[in-house]
Amino acid sequence: MSTPDQSPTGQSGPHIGQTDTRRLRVFRYKRGDGRERFDEFEVPVGPQTTVLDALRWIQLHRDPTLTLRHSCMHASCGTCGLQVDSREELACVCAIQDHGAEIMVEPLANLPILTDLVVQMEGFFARFPHEHPIIRSSEPPPDVEHGDPMEAHHAEVLLHHRHRAAPLGADFMRLEDCIECGLCLSACPVASTSHEYVGPAALAAAERLLEEPRGVRRDDVLAWASRPEGVWRCHIGFECTQACPTDAIPAERIMALRRELTFAHHGHEERER
Amino acid sequence: MSDTALNQPSASPAASELPGTAERSAPGPVHHKGPGPAESGWVDPRRRGLGGRALALHRITGLVIVFYLYLHLAVLSMLLIGRSAWSSFLGLVTAKSFLALEVVLIGAVLFHGLNGIRVALVGSGIAVSRERAMFWAGTGIGIAAICFAALHVMGALS
Repeated sequence: MSTPDQSPTGQSGPHIGQTDTRRLRVFRYKRGDGRERFDEFEVPVGPQTTVLDALRWIQLHRDPTLTLRHSCMHASCGTCGLQVDSREELACVCAIQDHGAEIMVEPLANLPILTDLVVQMEGFFARFPHEHPIIRSSEPPPDVEHGDPMEAHHAEVLLHHRHRAAPLGADFMRLEDCIECGLCLSACPVASTSHEYVGPAALAAAERLLEEPRGVRRDDVLAWASRPEGVWRCHIGFECTQACPTDAIPAERIMALRRELTFAHHGHEERER
Repeated sequence: MSDTALNQPSASPAASELPGTAERSAPGPVHHKGPGPAESGWVDPRRRGLGGRALALHRITGLVIVFYLYLHLAVLSMLLIGRSAWSSFLGLVTAKSFLALEVVLIGAVLFHGLNGIRVALVGSGIAVSRERAMFWAGTGIGIAAICFAALHVMGALS
C-alpha cells in the first residue's frame, strides 16, 4: 500500500519532475443527499499514474466513502468508464500526465447515477437486441480424440464450462472487440436528447450479427435496427467511435447497417417481388 | 411488563420499512453534457469532438436558414405596402453592416450544404472511412467560397 506521501503508483523520491501533485475535482452524489457536488483532492502522481490509481489513492488516504467501480485494471472489463475532463475514458488506462493541473472526474453521461462515479448499467444492457440474442453458441470445439493434445485439453475445459453454463441457457457472450463499457452511449449527443435511442453499442452488436448470423435471420436484425429508435436516430457525430477504447468502431457499424438497409436490403426486397 | 419484553422489537421490520429505503430505491439523476436540460447537451461545443461540433453547427445553421426563410417572406410582404416602403428598406439592406450579416448567412448556407452532402453520403454508408477527410475538404471549399462571396457582396470585386 502506498503511503500518503507516495504517489498512487508507489513512485516517490527526490527525482524532480517525476512526482507531482494534481488537483482532482471529483463528482459526488449519494442517494438521499439530494444534491450533487464536486469534492477537490490534491493527489501525488508519478509518470505512470492513472486516473484510477489516483481515485483509489483518494479512497485509501482521503475519503473512504468515495465510490467507484473497477475490476481488471487493464482495459479489458470496461467497468471503470468515466468522464475525465469531460471526455469518456477508461480510468485504468487514462494517464494523469496527459491532463492538466486540475482534472475533473465525472460519471458517464446518459445513464442514471447510483452513487458518486458509479452509474446504473441496466439501461445500457437493456438496449441490446433481445430478439436476437448476443449470447449464443460459440464455434464447435476441435476434435478431442484426433487433434492437437493441447487443443484437446482446451476443448475438454470448454465442454466442461459449456456443461456448467447450460442451465443459464447460454454458452458464451460474444461481441468481439466491444467490452460493453458504455463510453459510446455517454459520448453520443443523440442519447441525451432521446432516451429511446438504442445507442451505438447495441446497434454495433446488431451489425455484428449480420456479419456472423449463426442462425439469426438477417431480416429480423435489420427490422430491429430500422425501428424509429434505431439506426436512423444517429446523427453521424462519430463521437462513439472517438470514445471507444477498443476500436469496436460503433459509428462505422451503424453506417454499415444503414448501407445494408438503404441498398442491399432494398435490392433484396426488389428481387423477392 | 418486564425489561426483556420492553427491549424486544415487536416484529422485525420488512425491508421496505427500513430507514432510507425510499431514498435508496429512488432512481438517481442522469448526468449529461452541457449546461441546462439534457436535451440541450448537443449545443455545448466544449465537451465534444469534431463530429459532435459539426453536428451542433449543422443544427444551428439549419435553424438560421429557417429563420431567414421566414424573415425573407416577411420582407417580401413589404411589397404589398408600396414603393416607398420598399425603397426605404433597400436603403437599410445595402448598408455595410447589413451586408456583413448577409455574408454570415452565406456562410451558414455553405456549411449546412457542404456538411449535408457529407452527412448524406456517410449516412447512406458511402465513403464512411473518408468522413473526416470529407469534412475538411468541405471546410476548405466553404472557406474559399465564403471569401469570394464576402469580397463580392462587400463590393471589393466590382
